[in-house]
Amino acid sequence: MSSPVESLVNREYKWGFVTDIEADSVPKGLSEDTIRLISAKKHEPAFMLDWRLKAYRGWLKMSEPHWPNVSYPIIDYQNIIYYSAPKTLKPLGSLEEADPKLLETYQKLGIPLTEQKILAGVAVDAIFDSVSVGTSYKKQLGQLGIIFCSFSEAVQEHPDLVQKYLGSVVPASDNFFAALNSAVFTDGSFVYVPKGVRCPMDLSTYFRINAQNTGQFERTLIIADEGAQVSYLEGCTAPKRDENQLHAAVVELVALEGATIKYSTVQNWYAGDEEGKGGIYNFVTKRGKASRGAKISWTQVETGSAITWKYPSVILQGDDSVGEFYSVAVVNGRQQADTGTKMIHMGRNTRSTIVSKGISAGRGNNSYRGLVKVLPKADGARNYTQCDSMLIGNRCGANTFPYIDVQNPSASVEHEASTSKIGEDQIFYCKQRGLNTENAISMIVNGFCKEVFKELPMEFAVEAQKLLGVSLEGSVG
Amino acid sequence: MLQIKGLRASVGENEILRGIDLAVKPGEIHAIMGPNGSGKSTLAQVLAGHPAYTVTAGSVRLEGEDLLELEPEERAQAGVFLAFQYPVEIAGVTNAYFLRAAYNALRKARGQEELDPIDFLDLLEEKLKVVGWESEIMQRAVNSGFSGGEKKRNEILQMAVLEPKLAILDETDSGLDIDALRIVADGVNALRRPDRATILVTHYQRLLNFIVPDFVHVLVEGQIVKSGGKELALELEARGYEWLTGVPEAAPA
Repeated sequence: MSSPVESLVNREYKWGFVTDIEADSVPKGLSEDTIRLISAKKHEPAFMLDWRLKAYRGWLKMSEPHWPNVSYPIIDYQNIIYYSAPKTLKPLGSLEEADPKLLETYQKLGIPLTEQKILAGVAVDAIFDSVSVGTSYKKQLGQLGIIFCSFSEAVQEHPDLVQKYLGSVVPASDNFFAALNSAVFTDGSFVYVPKGVRCPMDLSTYFRINAQNTGQFERTLIIADEGAQVSYLEGCTAPKRDENQLHAAVVELVALEGATIKYSTVQNWYAGDEEGKGGIYNFVTKRGKASRGAKISWTQVETGSAITWKYPSVILQGDDSVGEFYSVAVVNGRQQADTGTKMIHMGRNTRSTIVSKGISAGRGNNSYRGLVKVLPKADGARNYTQCDSMLIGNRCGANTFPYIDVQNPSASVEHEASTSKIGEDQIFYCKQRGLNTENAISMIVNGFCKEVFKELPMEFAVEAQKLLGVSLEGSVG
Repeated sequence: MLQIKGLRASVGENEILRGIDLAVKPGEIHAIMGPNGSGKSTLAQVLAGHPAYTVTAGSVRLEGEDLLELEPEERAQAGVFLAFQYPVEIAGVTNAYFLRAAYNALRKARGQEELDPIDFLDLLEEKLKVVGWESEIMQRAVNSGFSGGEKKRNEILQMAVLEPKLAILDETDSGLDIDALRIVADGVNALRRPDRATILVTHYQRLLNFIVPDFVHVLVEGQIVKSGGKELALELEARGYEWLTGVPEAAPA
């Protein structure tokens, strides 16, 4: 049957290119020596090396999880370069001193690590491969006592904070990929907002994977002290390449009493070609721990990666704490996503909200996997889950795996789910009004995702809508 | 303005339109009537370019331009508007946004400047009067939770905003109570202009009490078996379709 909701024309990854910069890499493969080398290159204190080695020894005893509803070839962990840094490691006074090629790369990506962006009021800590190359606005933030820096820098400058909180939410032994990350992570972002301080701007980091065959293992740690508030934006694109790339990040959020952390992600890593070859494997552990009266909110727009395995979660430890998860996950081509959240209700009167929008096009496969767990002491816990799937075409798939485990009779847990299909009639209706197919789909899909987009910071929401349009270009035609 | 010649169209193996000839001049209103399953709605959908139908023969020209060569959105841009029998719901997209996107898509295609949201709201405010609506309804999602009558009114509003050269109303009267019917008819009449033409597809004569057609055509089994003035509609009302379906006339040349 030939119809608009049929043929699939994949378009070139718009941001696909490889920058030719000499990388300072350690040899391929993973061993205690590799880890010692990484730690030494980064001049880490002894506690870090011990922590890494312990994680590594734990990892050796673990096996790769195969319960997600995704499939991929076996990953050879000895065929990965675990450390790679652009050669300019000496701290730079200003952007002008940075490698022009690096800057060019950022420009191609449209990463606003520029004066305009700084003037726009966003402090940027851009990660190029594994080492941060530029931070801004640090001074202004510093006056409020806010620390926003690369993880490496935090290890040097604030080892006490790192030692206290690293692994406090996602222990090194948590899961296979988290253990691997703990052993070999090279950099990431670190944020600390002191007691009662409200961070005056959205903090943002752009991640990027570049050197060939380099696994990217970032570590992000955000601590909001009592009554503090912070909004953090994470956005990603990656260059095109032929071999699959492993990406196993860990993000830990610590919201102390009465604190609020809002973490927003727009993820657009290379998803592979029409056959799914060459895309990023994104195996991420993201989790937050909310103390009494604290609030942690995850918002994510996932459009990239060949495989996404990701469950941003909240441990609602303190009484009256709040957890939120708003997600849009798009799969097109041969992409596979198994994503969702875990809300663990431990404290009394804890509340959580889950809104998940899965969009499947092409031959993509999209699974929502969520856990709502109410422990015996969580009197009056409440959860609301809404889980909607949209299908474009008839070769894609959508699955929902909601797990609900309630151990307290006073809890209230609601779950709503729907599956819809963008119909020919819907598209025809829009076309009859003068819109072309791509605009029609973009409009219908954006309408479907509205509840999630309204949770994103304004400028991010605009980017996300554009990205969604680009991601689905050619999905119907 | 519109020239249809020998138009044949099928769904799969089923031929539904079996040679339609029709000429519509600017300013005219043509009513297409006929029993259920005669191909009335198919004709409307084929003119708009619905992909479910395959045109097997014939031609359709709008001001000389070959419509059959055009994508549905290009036909819309050329000035064809179809008021749907079953308007589609689009969750999460407001009427205001949808209408502006459509309006600007047409303007862009015609090389005109797009209207910003503020200017468009002014325009919309004006057009809402055509169907007697308040602007609040424009913040609701397209046709979501609309009653049957509201959906039809929304079609008329869209028509008023998009100002087509050729409006095709597909059973716009079906499922309407008399008040809603009057509002819809008033809307259509208000948009009547010497340089625009309208094709009304309807099963009942009722609508034609409110919108007076210049010509009435009776479609039976995919062919126009009789054409006449507005009095033909009254005759159909009185005698039903049997006298025409029982004695099919020769196919038009």
